[in-house]
Amino acid sequence: MRINPEKCVACGNCTYICPMEAIYIDPVRKRATIKRDECVECYACYNGLSQEHLNPTMVRTVRRIFAALRIRFEPEPDVCPTAAFEPDELNWPRIVRRAFSDPRVPHESTGVEGRGTEEVKTNDVSGRVKVGEVGFTIEFGRPGVGARFTEIQEMCWALAKAGVSFEKKNPITSLMSDVPTGTLREDILGEKVMSAIVEIKVTVDRTEEIIRLVWAVEKRLNTVIALGVGTRCDENGEDHVVAPILESLGYKLERAKTNIGLGRINLVKEPAAAKEIVHA
Amino acid sequence: MTNTLHRFGEAESFRDDYVIFAIASKGKNDQDSLPKLRRFLQIAAEYKPVNLGDARHGGALRPSRNMDPTSHWNRDITPDFEAVIAGLDHPTTCAAVFDNRVAAEDFVKRIKDEDLGLSVNISTSIDGAEQCCHHACIPRHSVGYSLGFEGKTEKLPSSQVMMLSTMCGHGMVSHSLAKKMIDWVKEGRRTPEQAVTYMARFCSCGVFNPARAKRVLQDVIDAK
Repeated sequence: MRINPEKCVACGNCTYICPMEAIYIDPVRKRATIKRDECVECYACYNGLSQEHLNPTMVRTVRRIFAALRIRFEPEPDVCPTAAFEPDELNWPRIVRRAFSDPRVPHESTGVEGRGTEEVKTNDVSGRVKVGEVGFTIEFGRPGVGARFTEIQEMCWALAKAGVSFEKKNPITSLMSDVPTGTLREDILGEKVMSAIVEIKVTVDRTEEIIRLVWAVEKRLNTVIALGVGTRCDENGEDHVVAPILESLGYKLERAKTNIGLGRINLVKEPAAAKEIVHA
Repeated sequence: MTNTLHRFGEAESFRDDYVIFAIASKGKNDQDSLPKLRRFLQIAAEYKPVNLGDARHGGALRPSRNMDPTSHWNRDITPDFEAVIAGLDHPTTCAAVFDNRVAAEDFVKRIKDEDLGLSVNISTSIDGAEQCCHHACIPRHSVGYSLGFEGKTEKLPSSQVMMLSTMCGHGMVSHSLAKKMIDWVKEGRRTPEQAVTYMARFCSCGVFNPARAKRVLQDVIDAK
């Protein structure tokens, strides 16, 4: 992302809405400026701010007059008055930032928007986590902190060493140069993203072991982690297995995402008539 | 959609927060899912949601690409549910947000009866989801627990800010904007109703809950 200096009037609205606090007003240039290494290309500024298309010279003049008269004009806080944000053409590896940070962009590896994974929310159709299994979503950088792949790498290495299996339909797994060791592509390690999810699956008896492993690694990381644990309920819709383990580890279970099992596989078959035409 | 899972707050604080979303699974049932997803949104609109959205276009309050300057004084803050339904043009996650259990329960029951064949999830307190399932006579299929935030939590802001900003789990509602809105409401520079619409416009999939956000801001005023 870039801010067109010809258009920017340094109103400062964008400095508050940037989730990474990567935008500031340069006191010398008197323009909003993006800290390029902190920007994760989430497009919150471009997509989230409403745009006016006012004349920049006119807006600067009005602002100067108001400032001289010590008058505070309090405009709407979610507006860029001159539509100064302009998307950059992103190349590899910087484009990875946007893939993991702009929720409207589907991940190429999975075709899924957001963080690029369906996890247990389609478990009734995908069967990703079966009875006796536990699916972990280990999310880095959320909320509002961001994470670099070097930190994600450290967790992946530790998990791989513990012999877990990484979910194949997951964007982080698709960026591994060596899945058995959890090694990520070297050319992306310095990139920063809004958030990313490492997704693994283990048998239920390993739940405590994995959580203790995450606790040990997260102490060494310079970001936050949001931990999610998914499981398949029994035929009565109950979970008497995983929740007690989590509670015994000191977690107070407040919120959950509940898949209510209404999905079903519905593969569209090739019409028979079309096949006949091909054979003819 | 972990963007609804890790909302900050205790279970009691989700009493007015029921996010119900439908999703098709890639390669399994997504090929003819668009009309079913649209139907999901249409039915949701009948149960008086506080937000509605799809993951590609956003929620019922959206930013304007060509805002009229007079809008600074008379901005429309009414959610446009019809625009969400009409704008759905691609199979993606569709979400409806309700601010009361009765509406959520009735909607879940109706969606079960409609038999759309899509995966449907309820994101709220564990008890709240169980009650919805019980009302519709549905056993839960799977459950994904939020264990909250860990690691360098000293980088996180106050609990009030977190309650607001985590309502967009994709992180599009910045901590700074949430903090600014709390300050503005405290100072009487904006009403809670106005403040929540600023934040809701940044949520890119329509799961931000304006009703809960308004309550959080009202609590701030009441605590003064």
